Amino acid sequence: MNVQFLFPKPPPSIEEVKDADGDIDMLLKSQRQKFETKVVTPGEVIAKDTQYMRGHGTYLDENETHLASVAGVVERVNKLITVRPLNTRYTGNIGDLVIGRITEVSNKRWKVDINSRQDAVLLLSAIHLPGVQRRKTEADELQMRKFYSEGDLLVAEIQGSFQDGSSSLHTRSLKYGKLRNGSFLIVPPTLVQRTKSHFHRLDCGVDVTLGLNGYVWVSKPSSRVLNEMSEDDSEYIYSNENEPIGKDAREAIARVCNCINALSKSYMSITDTTISYAYEASLNFSVKEILKLESIELIANQTKQRLKA
Amino acid sequence: MSRHEPIGPQGLRQDGRRADQLRNINCKPSVLSQSDGSSYIEQGYTKCLAAVYGPRETRQKAQILHNKALITVEISLAPFSMSERKKRKKFDKRLLEIASAVKQTFEPIIMTNLFPRSQIDIFLQILQYDGGMTQICINAATLALIDAGIPMLEYVCACSAGIVEDTTILDLNNSEESLGIPELTVALLPQSQKVTLLQLETRLHVDKLESVTAMAIKGAKEVYKKLDKTSRDYIGDLLQKSNPT
Repeated sequence: MNVQFLFPKPPPSIEEVKDADGDIDMLLKSQRQKFETKVVTPGEVIAKDTQYMRGHGTYLDENETHLASVAGVVERVNKLITVRPLNTRYTGNIGDLVIGRITEVSNKRWKVDINSRQDAVLLLSAIHLPGVQRRKTEADELQMRKFYSEGDLLVAEIQGSFQDGSSSLHTRSLKYGKLRNGSFLIVPPTLVQRTKSHFHRLDCGVDVTLGLNGYVWVSKPSSRVLNEMSEDDSEYIYSNENEPIGKDAREAIARVCNCINALSKSYMSITDTTISYAYEASLNFSVKEILKLESIELIANQTKQRLKA
Repeated sequence: MSRHEPIGPQGLRQDGRRADQLRNINCKPSVLSQSDGSSYIEQGYTKCLAAVYGPRETRQKAQILHNKALITVEISLAPFSMSERKKRKKFDKRLLEIASAVKQTFEPIIMTNLFPRSQIDIFLQILQYDGGMTQICINAATLALIDAGIPMLEYVCACSAGIVEDTTILDLNNSEESLGIPELTVALLPQSQKVTLLQLETRLHVDKLESVTAMAIKGAKEVYKKLDKTSRDYIGDLLQKSNPT
């Protein structure tokens, strides 16, 4: 019997096919993404092929060529081509959690500014009425300003959207409703991503509500546990009175606000993790110093580093 | 070289440019934090700040357009923008005219049909004035609209040109404008090579029109290159910031 020993074949070079976790596909995918990150500006040709579907941020010219209408990154899902602009107004999607400000009280509805291209509507029938579950009455219609009046801030969920881009809201759960005991700030809507929960309690004893529309509410945690059945609590959710907030709580709120501002100035995504990292990085500074450009840079860099680790 | 001679014996203009040379352009998107989109642009000594708000809820109910967005343009001239400091009326006829020209330039370019019942506001502030008001307003507004992520068919780039005896000159400054040189402003769509605005306020011989227009178009293409590079660099910068890996 003739046995022939072959030279052992060298294994395929590791750097080429595997990343640190040994995940082959991931590496290829990330390489592909890096390769495909394509920036376009208005009027630029994306694809000449007619097989593609036209998504947001694109249009077809007379030769059926796909052109970009906004400046941003090309994204392709199967045959659908879209261009994602890096900075744009918020567009409401059903189920999104948003924070808004009442701009107008009209017949059986409120108009709410949600940083979108149209004010959203909140119908009287879409709010949680005080008292045990009941139908709305004419008395409710007459005293709508008792629930929400102009300038009030509220957190709500998007119930539906209309053809013209406006949306309707609801606050039927006790999670939603009027906002008190805190501070309001605005960040670019693209920095807030959809997550399981948008209500966060940070370790520093501050509540943060991240609206998908880029409106953020930083507040002192409420001392009351609400119960849907209790008459008293239902009255309480529409009260305009702030609870007493101590000096330490105020300082913590201000610090978290400034940290979120620092993150948004350095165009980093805003999640509970990044906020708490930034908060810990900011502890070397006084609250006022976080507003300075140098400290913003330092905080952002430290946060980035911890995110990578 | 006489002070009133627009082109000197060496073929150089009063500010040292050649006949077909643009002034230095310096621009930056996203300079304001409150607005949806903003830009700052310098063309030589003319400086302009643009802020775009919207698409947002229409402020006056009577103005709502049910099938498309309403565009408003407001131009203001800072009191310190010219050599002579004077208080201006808010509704200067000249500024209103330029504002309406800018509005008409952008109306067919912005995809207003995507935003029914909304409003897009463009505010332009001239910080220093040295000629070429219409062109700088259009260029600043283009950059600010792109920064705001408002869909438009393509860039709009504007440039002016004039003619002295038989030499066409590009991008007139204030001293050249005040010599009474005929000035033609062109707003160009650089990709499709269409002209959306052609403005001439003085008399110009019809034989000269073609060469002057060609010169202005050449200048507008240069402006396009500069604006496109600026917004690309800005987007690249943001992308790098948002995912550092």
